[in-house]
Amino acid sequence: MTRYVIRRLLYVILVILVITFISYVVFFLMPSGNPAVQFAGKSPTKALIHQIEKQFGLNHPWYVQYGIFVKHLFLGDQYGWPGFGESYNTREPVKNELFSRAWVTFQLAVGAAVVWLAMGIPIGIVSALRRRTLIDRASMGFALFGVSAPVFVLGLLSLWIFWQHLRILPGTGYTSFSSNPAEWFLQFLQPWVVLSLLFAAFYARMVRGNLLETMSEDYIRTARAKGLPERRVVFKHGLRASLTPVVTMFGMDFGLLLGGAIITETVFNLPGLGTYVVQAVNDQNLPAVVGVVVLAAFFVAFFNLVVDILYAYLDPRVRYS
Amino acid sequence: MAETLLEVKDLKVQFDTPDGVVKAVDGVSFTVERGQTLGVVGESGSGKSVTFMTVMGLIAGNARISGEIIFEGRDLLKLPPAEVRAIRGDGMGMVFQDPMTSLHPMYRVGDQIVEAIRAHRDIDRKEAWDMAVEMLRKVGLPRPEERAKDYPHEYSGGMRQRAMIAMAMVLNPDLLIADEPTTALDVTVQAQILELMEQLKSEYNCGVVLITHDLGVVADVSQKVMVMYAGRAAEYGTRDQVFNTPLHPYTWGLLESIPTVERRVERLVPIEGTPPSLINPPRGCAFHPRCPHRFEPCDGERPELEMRGGDHPDACYLAIEDKRRLWAEREQRRQKEPA
Ligand SMILES: Nc1ncnc2c1ncn2[C@@H]1O[C@H](COP(=O)(O)OP(=O)(O)OP(=O)(O)O)[C@@H](O)[C@H]1O
Ligand SMILES: [Mg+2]
Repeated sequence: MTRYVIRRLLYVILVILVITFISYVVFFLMPSGNPAVQFAGKSPTKALIHQIEKQFGLNHPWYVQYGIFVKHLFLGDQYGWPGFGESYNTREPVKNELFSRAWVTFQLAVGAAVVWLAMGIPIGIVSALRRRTLIDRASMGFALFGVSAPVFVLGLLSLWIFWQHLRILPGTGYTSFSSNPAEWFLQFLQPWVVLSLLFAAFYARMVRGNLLETMSEDYIRTARAKGLPERRVVFKHGLRASLTPVVTMFGMDFGLLLGGAIITETVFNLPGLGTYVVQAVNDQNLPAVVGVVVLAAFFVAFFNLVVDILYAYLDPRVRYS
Repeated sequence: MAETLLEVKDLKVQFDTPDGVVKAVDGVSFTVERGQTLGVVGESGSGKSVTFMTVMGLIAGNARISGEIIFEGRDLLKLPPAEVRAIRGDGMGMVFQDPMTSLHPMYRVGDQIVEAIRAHRDIDRKEAWDMAVEMLRKVGLPRPEERAKDYPHEYSGGMRQRAMIAMAMVLNPDLLIADEPTTALDVTVQAQILELMEQLKSEYNCGVVLITHDLGVVADVSQKVMVMYAGRAAEYGTRDQVFNTPLHPYTWGLLESIPTVERRVERLVPIEGTPPSLINPPRGCAFHPRCPHRFEPCDGERPELEMRGGDHPDACYLAIEDKRRLWAEREQRRQKEPA
């Protein structure tokens, strides 16, 4: 078990190395302006550009720069560990900005996850049990809507209704919990719900499908033959088997979301990783882009590991190998 | 005369499907006595499982059920669902064909038996666990204290079927229904499972229903035999009656397909033709399109299961003398066949 976890953690590191390497290759192969020129201002002199290049380390070949980046990432830089370097834009350590934005994205993701699980799972169960009834059709209609409605449309619609028209919810932006808990909650409410709809719809369909399939298994017939009440047959025997794959799916979705929800963060003007990376790409701010990439890759790989370990607990047939 | 545990009268089960009404069971009647085994044989799709799933109250949804299922004096079809549930697993237990898929893969075998106990008895977990272990010992599981903590995938096929039998028998039901309990198992294991069921039957003095494709299995353990075809009984009698003086051409076909030492499996004569549609069954006797002995009344009115001059009821229009003669001829031909 310990060996398995260690092996998987090494794999996480490998993933991060590969994906940052690709980021560097893409950044330097893409025909684009020199970041130093952009930073130097309106009418840069050659000397100034050269000086900035030196500061940013841009005077080295790209693979040397990549080597320095890897060294700093794993051993730390002047701002401590892990070293993410300095923003080309602000000359501030990327790490501070990265972590404060990751925190905002984290709050968005957790809230949305709570909403989508609380909606998706019960809806899926009810429509599986009441298959082909009105409630099933209504739920699956909602699911189709949720899957196909783009987040930016939903987001803008929601803002228009609840903020501009009804004036019952605050508009875009971010309020920290410690400064004003009520405002924090109300302000997050719309992004949570809007972001969760797509997932809720998807999870409802998945739970419904899994449960329908499970309920036709032989062991469900056995459970009934034992004389168990139908409630117990469904909730103990049916759900146990049909929610296990949902756990896997959830871990992967959640890990992916922690890397930033670009559209939701943009629509609701949240200072998370998604808006950060968009801005960083526009500014050719390499350390910031790579910083987000590292975090996102880490979250995905880490949650994959968590899910795999959890899965072996949930399904006794699975063994670490 | 043995005590009658189960009496089924004119049971019909129909399923509404998009293609039409499937008459899966179309009027069967039989009884099961305490301490005896009823063997139920027939080809795939003849309605064996549906009949006994209905007896267990496990058929629901798109089914229309009529007739009477009298178990220990009460008609199960007239009882409220909660009372049928209370009987299921307690008064009667059921074992299914595929032990690989019939146990929940994510719960310990012991816990699954405990659950069966606690669904009907108000006792604590510890006590139920001890009962489960005892029952596993009784069905011949080695080291039951430890094996009860295992998950089903850690068991072999034969052990799983033993565990299924333990689960069905742990509350000492009066009736055990075994739906092809050995079909999915190795030949050697099959014999062990049948022997175990025999042993439990005499120890608990319960009634047993053994459903199978294989008349050979039925010959060893059954006191009575019902041959089913297209949702109806073709023939119904004691084991000796059905095996020594079979009256229905369909039974003859089944008997001829029993593998024996002389006739190895590849030489078996399966009954020609395919089982009939249950949505639009053939007119008259449902077997007549496949019957080598059919004559003019067979596609007219449907023959009922009744006494027709033989020593037990059957549903074939042939005259009793013809039946005796034809079966004797077929027997002779079979004997002459080179091994
Ligand atoms: N829920 C259902 N809906 C529609 N048709 C059904 C349903 N359940 C069973 N049937 C049909 O009823 C018929 C009888 O099925 P049953 O399972 O009783 O056959 P069987 O004799 O047990 O066969 P086997 O030997 O293959 O187990 C089959 O044609 C089957 O397709
Ligand atoms: Mg069957």
